[in-house]
Amino acid sequence: MSSPAPMSEALRTFSRTPLLSALSVASIGFSLFTIGLFGLVALNFRQTLRTLAERVEVVAFVLRGTPTETITAASGEVEAFPEVLEVRYVNEDEALARARRELVEFQEAYRDLETNPLPASLEIRLKPAFRDAAHAQQVAERLHAYPFVDDVRFGRDWVQRLDRLRNMAAAVGLVIGLAFAIVAIVIIGVTIRITVLQRAREIAIMRLVGATNRFIRGPFLLEGAIKGILGGVLAILMCWLTLQVFRRSAGEVAQGLVFFATPQLGLVVLFGMLIGLLGSTLSVGRHLRHV
Amino acid sequence: MIRFAHVTKTYPNGVQALTDLCFHIPKGQFVFLTGHSGSGKSSILALVYAEQKPTSGEVRVSGFPIGKLSPRDVPRLRRRLGIVFQDFRLLEDRTVEENVGFALAVTGARGDAIPSRVMRALTQVGLGGKARVYPKELSGGEQQRVAIARALVNDPAVLIADEPTGNLDERASRGVFQLLRDINAGGTVVVMATHNLALVRDTGYRVIELKHGQVVYDSGLEDSAGGAA
Repeated sequence: MSSPAPMSEALRTFSRTPLLSALSVASIGFSLFTIGLFGLVALNFRQTLRTLAERVEVVAFVLRGTPTETITAASGEVEAFPEVLEVRYVNEDEALARARRELVEFQEAYRDLETNPLPASLEIRLKPAFRDAAHAQQVAERLHAYPFVDDVRFGRDWVQRLDRLRNMAAAVGLVIGLAFAIVAIVIIGVTIRITVLQRAREIAIMRLVGATNRFIRGPFLLEGAIKGILGGVLAILMCWLTLQVFRRSAGEVAQGLVFFATPQLGLVVLFGMLIGLLGSTLSVGRHLRHV
Repeated sequence: MIRFAHVTKTYPNGVQALTDLCFHIPKGQFVFLTGHSGSGKSSILALVYAEQKPTSGEVRVSGFPIGKLSPRDVPRLRRRLGIVFQDFRLLEDRTVEENVGFALAVTGARGDAIPSRVMRALTQVGLGGKARVYPKELSGGEQQRVAIARALVNDPAVLIADEPTGNLDERASRGVFQLLRDINAGGTVVVMATHNLALVRDTGYRVIELKHGQVVYDSGLEDSAGGAA
């Protein structure tokens, strides 16, 4: 004889109403899939922004004739700035060599030069958290204070545009992500409620024989959690398949796309479990108040 | 054991089901509640098992004041009661023993004690050999016996039966009634609401007849006067 412990009661629901259970898991899975897909887009977008942000660089052009020792000493100081990741000194010869290599259109012009017109420079890369216009500006101002610095550039417009894009992405991400999460909770709540209504008679009988609300709620909460976990796994699977299909059809552009890392996968499943629990808590609670 | 003192029950839709009802059922008594549909029988029972609360007056069951019962106390009260309905209210997808064991398990009974107690209750109602069958494989009379076994398994102080023979033929009705008598003989209070006057006749048990929510006849009025709950 089976004892109605919460776990066996919860599992019993799956074996007794396999179709309804499968539908619940599928609807949770699809709701989480929309969130997951959005998360995947956001993840890849953030990744792209990060790659772009790596190019944020402050360049300080050095006055001709500055002794190397002065520049080396200053490099050490600049490297100690809290925003700075690394400093590279590019002397005049290196600058010319690089120009010849990278600016193919001017190769002829650079070849015939008698004197090198390019100045030496300090190329300063910023730490990831400081790759925005405001911090780049601060670093630039501090560099200007060195007497041997002729000019400082960091592509202000471009960095500002990157900032705006980042802020917009965060705001849109938050709003759409929240909206998807709410929709998922509502859908999961409705599917659990269908199960609760289907078992209304059983709940009424349990109450008549003296079951506490906590005892009645237990199996439903477990059921919601299990369905949420299964839905989460299903959503991950669908996201992964979608990414594979996209990679195959979009060709080279899609090759750099990344999938969730293990902790993020865990988060999707945990989120599924939590909204499964929340959905069942709300629907069972409402039902128990009304019976 | 059960005391109603000036109890009035008015439902939210305005229907007044009971009006200034007073009676007392002492330990060990078998009481019939009779009267036409709508006379208030089921409302009395619903107050006894705390499905409803009195609009005014006081209901006490086994020491529990129904009007002041907190939601947490309702299960504690119900574990001291056994309730049987006309429509049996069995879980169709569970075997007979699971249906009965379920009532024990929800009260937190020890798992290893459940099978023996279930078998004792089933034997008491004459269904010891049908523990593993499903309710739909049983006759109406047998299903009602399963419901009675479920009501008995917690050794209740009071057994409430709302039209328990309403869906049964004459022979099955007699059988179920005899079972309730046996249970009462063991000291359990039995309160049975019924239309079936043939059963009531010549039993010698107390009869409370209701009409429009009021007691119009109580054969035990003298016995109950001044009794303790």
